[in-house]
Amino acid sequence: MDLQGKKITVHDMCLRDGMHPKRHQITVDEMVTVSKAMDEAGIPMIEVTHGDGLGGSSVNYGFPAASDEEYLTAVCKEMKNAKVSALLLPGIGTVDHLKMAVDCGISTIRIATHCTEADVSEQHLTMARTIDNLDTVGFLMMAHMIEAEELVVQLKMMEDFGANCVYITDSAGYMLPDDVTSRIALARAELKPETELGFHGHHNLAMGIANSVAAVAAGANRIDGSLAGLGAGAGNTPLEVFVAVCDRMGIETGIDTFKAMDIAEDLIVPMMDHMVRVDRDALTLGYAGVYSSFLLFAKRSAEKYNLSTRDILVELGRRRTVGGQEDMIEDLALDMAKAQGTL
Amino acid sequence: MSNKIKAAIIGPGNIGTDLLMKAQRSEVIEPVWMVGVDAESPGLARAAQLGLKTTAEGVEGMLPTMQEDGVQICFDATSAYVHAENSRKVNQQGAVMIDLTPAAIGPFCVPPVNLLDAVTQKAMNVNMVTCGGQATIPLVAAVSRVQEVVYGEIVATVSSKSAGPGTRKNIDEFTRTTAKGIEVCGGAHTGKAIIVINPAEPPLIMRDTVHCLTQEDPDQEAITQSVHDMIQEVQQYVPGYTLKNGPVFDGKRVSIYMEVEGLGDFLPKYAGNLDIMTAAGLRTAEIYAEEMLAGRFLPTAC
Repeated sequence: MDLQGKKITVHDMCLRDGMHPKRHQITVDEMVTVSKAMDEAGIPMIEVTHGDGLGGSSVNYGFPAASDEEYLTAVCKEMKNAKVSALLLPGIGTVDHLKMAVDCGISTIRIATHCTEADVSEQHLTMARTIDNLDTVGFLMMAHMIEAEELVVQLKMMEDFGANCVYITDSAGYMLPDDVTSRIALARAELKPETELGFHGHHNLAMGIANSVAAVAAGANRIDGSLAGLGAGAGNTPLEVFVAVCDRMGIETGIDTFKAMDIAEDLIVPMMDHMVRVDRDALTLGYAGVYSSFLLFAKRSAEKYNLSTRDILVELGRRRTVGGQEDMIEDLALDMAKAQGTL
Repeated sequence: MSNKIKAAIIGPGNIGTDLLMKAQRSEVIEPVWMVGVDAESPGLARAAQLGLKTTAEGVEGMLPTMQEDGVQICFDATSAYVHAENSRKVNQQGAVMIDLTPAAIGPFCVPPVNLLDAVTQKAMNVNMVTCGGQATIPLVAAVSRVQEVVYGEIVATVSSKSAGPGTRKNIDEFTRTTAKGIEVCGGAHTGKAIIVINPAEPPLIMRDTVHCLTQEDPDQEAITQSVHDMIQEVQQYVPGYTLKNGPVFDGKRVSIYMEVEGLGDFLPKYAGNLDIMTAAGLRTAEIYAEEMLAGRFLPTAC
């Protein structure tokens, strides 16, 4: 495949999706150090938010080390070239959070919904488009759960609400390259030519790089990754690896490959509480099609109620749970413990 | 029929129609008007078949005769945006407004928690918070009546099919209004609400999780008893209000896992979120009606 000379925008997720494996405990200082290094390495976009987006601070998802406002203010003022984005899930965050993030200096807002529920983003996307120069992105999660045709209807809805860029998001790390190709290609054909198209991968089946390359080949121009893969489940598409592959293929990212590798190795890996990799449970997420940030919740419940994490995750997949249903995990674990007679 | 208070339902959609079916069984409420804005609305046609007066001209269409028709209670099942205007108009005609939208211009009402307060204050507009609020605030209150709750958080998961266009368009009103209700009625110092919409087929029954953080270590026995008592109270008007698991105690965290199955009057049983709203609205109206019938409360134009 010849992608020589193709220009794409790579967006780092360490300081948002990476909050999941860190139980939202990344400190303001760590965020500033990491983001300055990323800026220096030419990474053009950096997401900074609670793992579950603006307003995610909760019992259900975890209380963070600092508030979104503190993180965003600290990072935004240090950036020379990189643009900072924030994520918002309607139902968790509100337009009040969005306004706060804009006041802190973000350049991009990404409004995320489950892949079939794009209409809940209307309030937020229509409001975001009225803010001057705010890059407004619609983000459809768990996109493996519906076919390309259905997905495009939802993407177009977000485009109509005012998104200048829309994303196909493999939150469960379930997709294989052909799944990405069919979805991205149809979206590219059906969306307005000026609407940007992105792909956000998870590495649970170790398909992060292959899927992202497939997305670029099919017409995506924004790709999410995270240095050293710091993200939910087995992590996001490892950004330094993806950049290296892009270099080899002649895809232009504008990122200094060696600097990206150094940040991953010298800053991100030492920050990890556990190695973010395709272990048995992360692999189960990708295999069973489960929202990646359920991983640590399932592990904790498995430990507390003497169950197997894999059994919990497989059952969550079978019940077709969606992003945000972390509260279901302890409830389900209690049911399973009762059923096996250990409670 | 003379010992019933006459009522109007504004909004002939799913909620309004379900409310109508419940109200027809009431011993103290008689629904006489259904108000819509679309002449083609199947909800209006259904109400007309059941013998109600109908209009597709909005509240304006009912105003000229509503006093003559004896309407003393109105339910608003439209949207937060038009509610204030609807309420002003029917209040002027001397009818109490029971607000099923998240507009929240009147005091919040969660029947087992503070219904009598609203009636005692003779409020001419009461707000039913949100579906998630009706399903969860009683349990926050069940904990806070035992001991200080510094933080109350609820997660409501509803099936995609039961989340109507109004909820979707104004999802922020849900989170804000519910959070405020957790504080004002639930008694938590700080409230937080989360809603998740799940498209699984067959549709899932409404699930609710209530997390409370207590100031001191939780009194497990007293809280468990209080939660069970409160669930029984809600079951009086929503029989499918069921404790799935908990209360789970983990340090100062108290977590309660609920499922809410509806009666299946007009709305399907999985839509417990909508059923608890219409049931709570009707329950509120019935208490008002009893006060009116006993001569203790005469709503007057305001």
